[in-house]
This record gives sequence, structure tokens and C-alpha cells, in this order.
Amino acid sequence: MIAIIDYGVGNLFSLKSSFAALGAETAVTGDPAVIRAADRLVLPGVGAFGDAAALLRRSGLDRLVVEEAAEGKPLLGICLGMQLLLDYSLEYGRHGGLGLIPGCVRPIRDYIPAGYKIPHIGWNALRFPAGRPVSPLFRYIQEGECVYFVHSFCAAECADSVIAAAEYGAALTAAVAKDNVYGVQFHPEKSGNVGLNILRAFCEL
Amino acid sequence: MITKRIIPCLDVKDGRVVKGVNFLGLADVSSPVKLAKFYSDCGADELVFYDITASAEGRALFTDILTEVASTIFIPLTVGGGINSVDDFDRVLKCGADKVSVNSGALRDPSLIPAAAKRYGDQCVVLSVDAKRVDGQFRVFAGGGREDTGRDAIEWIRSGVASGAGEIVLNSIDTDGVKAGFDLEMLQAVCDVVDVPVIASGGAGCIDHFKTLFHSLPKVDAGLAASIFHFGEVSIPDLKRELAADGINMRR
Repeated sequence: MIAIIDYGVGNLFSLKSSFAALGAETAVTGDPAVIRAADRLVLPGVGAFGDAAALLRRSGLDRLVVEEAAEGKPLLGICLGMQLLLDYSLEYGRHGGLGLIPGCVRPIRDYIPAGYKIPHIGWNALRFPAGRPVSPLFRYIQEGECVYFVHSFCAAECADSVIAAAEYGAALTAAVAKDNVYGVQFHPEKSGNVGLNILRAFCEL
Repeated sequence: MITKRIIPCLDVKDGRVVKGVNFLGLADVSSPVKLAKFYSDCGADELVFYDITASAEGRALFTDILTEVASTIFIPLTVGGGINSVDDFDRVLKCGADKVSVNSGALRDPSLIPAAAKRYGDQCVVLSVDAKRVDGQFRVFAGGGREDTGRDAIEWIRSGVASGAGEIVLNSIDTDGVKAGFDLEMLQAVCDVVDVPVIASGGAGCIDHFKTLFHSLPKVDAGLAASIFHFGEVSIPDLKRELAADGINMRR
């Protein structure tokens, strides 16, 4: 069973439906017992980093997620959920993250030339870092396939944890991984068959 | 780079797609769920559903259908029609919509745009505008394009974006249904004043019209059409293949 962690942000309908389409059992839950019993965890999120981090902390689920990840349980952060995996964010102030993957969150505007619209919204192609093996999260997709992005802030300084980027005036971090912890900036639940194939790979990790 | 988007638009009334649909090999041509699946499989980058129902029963049916569509296809969905309040946003977002399009509702109450943007984010709020040339001005029309509001369309769009609309759908009444190409002049005027995505609607009759659109107006992000897709006059796989071959960045 996959626990989709519900800490009060975002609409989890499409995410739950995507896993259902793959035949995977999910529970949308904030119950620590269910989260501990799950085989793998999904940390979703939309909205502002500061608000989401506060909600996660208030629910006490921040520590639980870190503990479960430390035990080796596969964890996938999606969109803001991916950003929460990092050390900190500079979205409207400075806010601490879970520190599971090295890196921080900064405005896309800091990286790209003028003339590019913000948010980075739409379908963009995934590029894998050269000279390294492709992440198991991408075992069912090809480099150059498109996924759906919606974000104004992006992960930065993730060094070797970057497993995919998207070109938008600069190479924006599209996905990160460290051991059993994965994060994707895009929305696999809105990325058609490519997205489903990424979720399928996560179910098999 | 972000790809240009091709977006079929489905008008739904009392649970069925209206504006005749004529697909070979598609048994139930007016089922929104089947059509949505068909378009998604064809490579549509996004779908727009307009609820043109008047009755409460029809509205409930629409949300049921939306739920079913969102459980079976996994591309971005925009929903419009009858969106007059933040509660209406809530109703369709809960059923799996990603973006909500406002038109007459925002004209009646412009505070709907900032209220919805604050609650759901700018990226969720699409301002859809029906515009027509009147006395040398691009004028906003309400009520499905029947009623001249007297408002300047460019000014209305500029203020809509300033108050939180994250995307613009510009439907030119002058070119709609004529199938002689998109309204490049009107689109250019909009692109000049906003820095959010602009979706062109009204006038597409063939593949060349999309080529012209994207080549002459690089700031336009997407082309939207209904009947030419529904009637199979333009097939989405052919369209995307030809645009890609012509140097326009397409999702494959």
C-alpha cells in the first residue's frame, strides 16, 4: 500500500486516480499508523513552501517522514512535496525543509534570462545528466519525453542528487534522488503515459 | 523548452458533448468521457470542458462527468462555464480540474479573479475573453458573445492579469467559425500587454493556420479549437507531426 500523505495542502484526486489506474492500492492519510504500515510514501504539495512546511510540522508528520525514509522506505515528493525534501527554501523568507536531499529552493527568476514567462508552466522535455546511469525512477521512459510543470520556484544546489533537468533558459532541476528518497518538480499525475510510467517505476522501487 | 500546446475544447450540455462530433470508429461520439480519452490518446496536450448547461441537474451531471474524466485521463484539464464564485472553483477543482476558466462571471464581479487567485494560485485562474471589433476597438462581449459590454478587451485583459489571472484564452468573435485562420492582429495586441500564457481561439480551419499562428506570434503558447477536431477535418497527430516538422516545439 502506498500512503499519499495528507497534511492539508492540495488536491489529491488526480494522484490517487493515477495510482488506481496502475492497479496500485493507495491510502490518502495523515494517520501515523497507516503511514508506518505503508510500503512506500508519496509527499504531495501545492502552494507556498512556508505554509506547507508549517502544516507538515504542526501535524508532526515531518519527523515521521524523515524516520520512515531513514529506514529505507521509498519516498516520492511531488512538486512542492519535492521541494520540501530539501534543506531550505527562499520562497518569501527563509523556511527549513526536511533535509533529506541536499539543496535549496530559489526563484526561477534568479536563473533564467528576461523574456521567459514565470511560472514555468506547460510540457517540457526531461534531460538526464550525462555520464551517469539513468535513475530507476525513469526506467520506463526515454530521455526527451515531456512532462507537465507548474512552478515559480525551483530546486538549486542539489549537486549530484539531480537525476533530470528541463531546459527553460537554464537547466532547471526537474527531479532529484538520494538513496530511497526521490523528488519530482513536475506533475506525473498530469503527464499522460510518461507520468504513469514514472509512477509505475516508483511502485516497483 | 516548453512545447506549444494543442487544445481541443468540448462543450458539454446535460452530460453530452454538443456541436456534433463525427469520428469514424468512435461509437458513442457524444460521450465526454470517451472523447476525452480519444483526444488524450491522440496527443492533445490539454483539454477544455465548457459546461453550457443551464439547469442545476445538468450542473450536477457535469461534475459527475468531470470526475469520471479526471479518473481516466491524466493530462491537464481546464473547466469553464457557469463559474461565478470561489465556491464554483472549489466544486470543479475537487472533481479533478487543474485550471478554471472565468468569463461572464468575472465581468459581473471582477473581484472573483483576485479572490480565486489568492486561494488557488494564479496558475489556476484562466481568464477567457470573447472579443470583437467595434468602432476600431477590440470590445469584450459577454453572455457567450451576444452582449457588447462596452469594455476595451485589451484593458480588461491587462487588468485581469494584474489582479491574478495566470492565463488568457482569447476568442475572436470576428474569426470564430470562419475557418480562415486565427485573429493574429487581436492576439498580437494581447501578447503586447501581458506576460502570462496566451491561448488562441477562433478561426482555425487547417494545419497551416496553426503554423502561421506559432511562427508569426512566438508569444502565443497554445491553439484551441473545437469543431475542426471533432469533425476530423484536422487530426491532432497529423497536426502535431506537421508542426514539429516545421520547427515548432511539440510534445511527442
